[in-house]
Amino acid sequence: MVDPIKVYPAKPSKVYFFGTCLVDMFYPDAGMAGIQLLEREGIEVIFPQDQTCCGQPAYTSGYHDEARAVAMAQLDLFPEDWPIVVPSGSCGGMMRKHYPDLFKDTGHEVKAAEVAGRVWELTDFLLNVCHIKLDDLGEPTTVAMHTSCSARREMGVAEVGPKLLGQLSNVNLVEQIRAEECCGFGGTFAIRHPEISGAMVSEKVDTLVDTGAKAFVTTDCGCLMNIDGYAEKNRKPITGQHILSFLWERTNGKKGDRS
Amino acid sequence: MSETAEHSPHHIDVKEFHPRAQAAIHNPKIRQNFRKAMDGLMTKRKSAFEGWDLETLRDLGANIRLRALANLPDLLEQLEQKLTENGIKVHWAVDGDEACRIVRDICKARDAKTVIKGKSMVSEEMELNHYLEEQGIEALESDLGEYIVQLAGETPSHIIMPAIHKNTDEISELMHEKTGTDLSHDVEYLTASARLQLREKFMNADVGVSGVNFAVAETGTLCLVENEGNGRMTTTVPPCHIAVTGIEKVVPNLEDVTALLALLTRSATGQHITTYFNMISGPRKPDELDGPEEVHLVLVDNGRSSIYQDDELLDTLRCIRCGACMNHCPVYTRVGGHTYGTTYPGPIGKILMPHLIGLDEGRHLPTASSLCGACGEVCPVKIPIPDLLVRLRQESVDGDKLHPAKVRGHGAKRGAVEAMVWKGWSWMHAHPGMYRFGTSMAARFRKLQPGQIGGWTQYRTAPKLAPKTLHERLKERGQ
Amino acid sequence: MSSRDTILQRLRNRSGGNLTAPNCDFSVLERPDWPVSERIAMFEKNIESVHGEVHHCTEETWLDRLAEVLSTRGARNLLVPKEHEIGLKLRSAVEREDLPNLLIYDEPIESWQSVLFNDVDAGITSTRGGIAETGSLILWPTADEPRLMSLVPPVHVAVLYASDIYTTFHEAMQVQDWGAGMPTNALLISGPSKTADIEQTLAYGVHGPKELIVLIIE
Repeated sequence: MVDPIKVYPAKPSKVYFFGTCLVDMFYPDAGMAGIQLLEREGIEVIFPQDQTCCGQPAYTSGYHDEARAVAMAQLDLFPEDWPIVVPSGSCGGMMRKHYPDLFKDTGHEVKAAEVAGRVWELTDFLLNVCHIKLDDLGEPTTVAMHTSCSARREMGVAEVGPKLLGQLSNVNLVEQIRAEECCGFGGTFAIRHPEISGAMVSEKVDTLVDTGAKAFVTTDCGCLMNIDGYAEKNRKPITGQHILSFLWERTNGKKGDRS
Repeated sequence: MSETAEHSPHHIDVKEFHPRAQAAIHNPKIRQNFRKAMDGLMTKRKSAFEGWDLETLRDLGANIRLRALANLPDLLEQLEQKLTENGIKVHWAVDGDEACRIVRDICKARDAKTVIKGKSMVSEEMELNHYLEEQGIEALESDLGEYIVQLAGETPSHIIMPAIHKNTDEISELMHEKTGTDLSHDVEYLTASARLQLREKFMNADVGVSGVNFAVAETGTLCLVENEGNGRMTTTVPPCHIAVTGIEKVVPNLEDVTALLALLTRSATGQHITTYFNMISGPRKPDELDGPEEVHLVLVDNGRSSIYQDDELLDTLRCIRCGACMNHCPVYTRVGGHTYGTTYPGPIGKILMPHLIGLDEGRHLPTASSLCGACGEVCPVKIPIPDLLVRLRQESVDGDKLHPAKVRGHGAKRGAVEAMVWKGWSWMHAHPGMYRFGTSMAARFRKLQPGQIGGWTQYRTAPKLAPKTLHERLKERGQ
Repeated sequence: MSSRDTILQRLRNRSGGNLTAPNCDFSVLERPDWPVSERIAMFEKNIESVHGEVHHCTEETWLDRLAEVLSTRGARNLLVPKEHEIGLKLRSAVEREDLPNLLIYDEPIESWQSVLFNDVDAGITSTRGGIAETGSLILWPTADEPRLMSLVPPVHVAVLYASDIYTTFHEAMQVQDWGAGMPTNALLISGPSKTADIEQTLAYGVHGPKELIVLIIE
């Protein structure tokens, strides 16, 4: 669960960026937005090209040997003591919370714990380490937000997204009922139990639509893919975006670094 | 239930989880009944803890349970000694069948024909009612919810609110059909009718069977938490009272009960306390005018001592059966309690039942979770339920050579194809060059991406690969 | 080997080794030492929130209040303790016309079970104290006030001395030193019997009393 006490580091000059596989393949804009937000705060962003995936899909499916092999390949990518920022509560949670367990009795326990201790969810890092101040340049709009379960419960950052959005003077944040309820993604859960996952996401979309917002933002690409994909297939009047893309677009004065 | 079971298996096939889940999801009545009930329970729980330092209280609850488990064998002996001194007879059962036989033998010795029951999940675990019926002993549930479920020939769908899957209409029709009450939607009337019917039964029952919420070693006291008074009736009116409980329910001191009670009732139903908190420390004394002449306690193992062996799995035994995990579970809320096909449904069922029925039979249970963590967040004794789900997933596929699986029936879910897929996945993600090549190819040929991806696209559009990966874009940027 | 020994041996020979017992700090249950008036107010608020009825009385007025409470309910009779002061006082007021017939529980239940279950309208008992935080009554049934007195009749009247209201259950247990030994049966009672098993709709008196009336004597 949530760390009892979170001790934020002082704002560093450099950070490692762990992009996550979903951002890499499906939402690189969100990754670029995160990097640009960090750079605007005067932080140099190091992106180790050898990074792949945190290992979570195999880990939560019970294939711990396979997860460990993948996680092992990430452990050596962060040799300096700079913070490791992750644009996802879920992958951040995997690295911060589960790496120490995964490497128990392996001889890499100390290293895994050391790496885990430097992992930060990116919006949390922007708000509480960079003390970012956002200047809203966008048109007035209304958005809803879905905080992922891992961002909320593993990384303890449920307050962060709303606070960042609260800094945007032209953004009206509305809250859906049962905001803290899971959207039904859950990685392989959505494949193994499609009916249950489908029932969950349909209710999540309904509550988001009921807010009257035409757009929602979220901290995690899994949730985004799930909620947005359901809304699209079922022609629900709402579309989603990663919160980092949204924050960058609103404060950059032009449509983000899209390609 | 193993084939060696002395009585025939009665519970639903656990393996049929999927079709039952599908049926429940497409049953608007089930969906509405659960959604409404769970929403109400979540709200009540939240307000019941207002003004409390909940994290500290939960830490205390967890520590009390851990302390009790740390000294479990000594505490059980102390409990036995104190109860014996108090005149309560203690029995030990390695499994549900033995526990059933113990109850039967006590009944036979008294020539008992009817048993009245207070709510007890352990007796559900033992399938006691079914067993006693087979032995020619009538077993009647007296908790209103259990009574309704029994009338319907069903099992409880929730550990605290057994009949939560039924609405008033359904209960009214059921009672009308089975007991001849008027077809009425007046809950007061239905409740009063049940009162009348059950009072007769209390007066005539030969034996009362109850569960136990906490067994206190220090004083030899059995504690029962309830609202209706049927628990008090069951344990006071018949001449013989048999309490059944899991061996993990013992706590060292009465003081422990104060904290656990505060957590239990608030977590379960959002009550500051239940109407009755009943502490039983002995049978009727010679000068007393009521209460049972005989009191028995059956301590049931039924898989618990196996759970006890492992440091991580041990946390499962902290549970105080409040049901908060199911009340807050988005999966339980959608599919309802019967879908699980197990005595204990919901998150706690998913981590407990595999030990009771074997991970081979219960292998679908740990997968039926999005690992959202709501259960662990509300658990009053901080059981890390999501972590235990992951552990059981690992056990069910024998997925960790460093930490070999221990639960009976482990490895049953490991399939050659799936294992190969994960091996391939792992290899690719452990080789960055291959990963970059693979993902950049996928991006380039994204138009060839299949439009249908199994269960995913049943409800959603397929995820859209970006034209360039983040790796590529940063490479171009010189990063 | 007996099942007992099998189970204990499995627990003792734990493959994970010995477990360490954590410390338990109960200070989270502590509350400020509220004055009696505040405890009364808290008790009243909490027990009323669960459908209990509270009447403030004195040693002089409680009989009158009891008579009133019972007559508005049309109680034909009242089960009273034989030896306890409450019973003695009631029986010494037997000439009062506003009190119902007084019954005494002085025989084993077996001899008059159906009368108790069918014909007794109300019972009155003493209490060992109250708990402000949860609105609970502490009862230790005795030979003089057997267990069923507070359970079977549809109306239960409990007499509670304001000075015996504790702030928390934890405090009550410590002050009264329950760890030293428990009676065959001890109870906390918080409101009348209730159920929410039918679609979460509250209904009272499902098995026990439909009404709980507390006479607080200040």
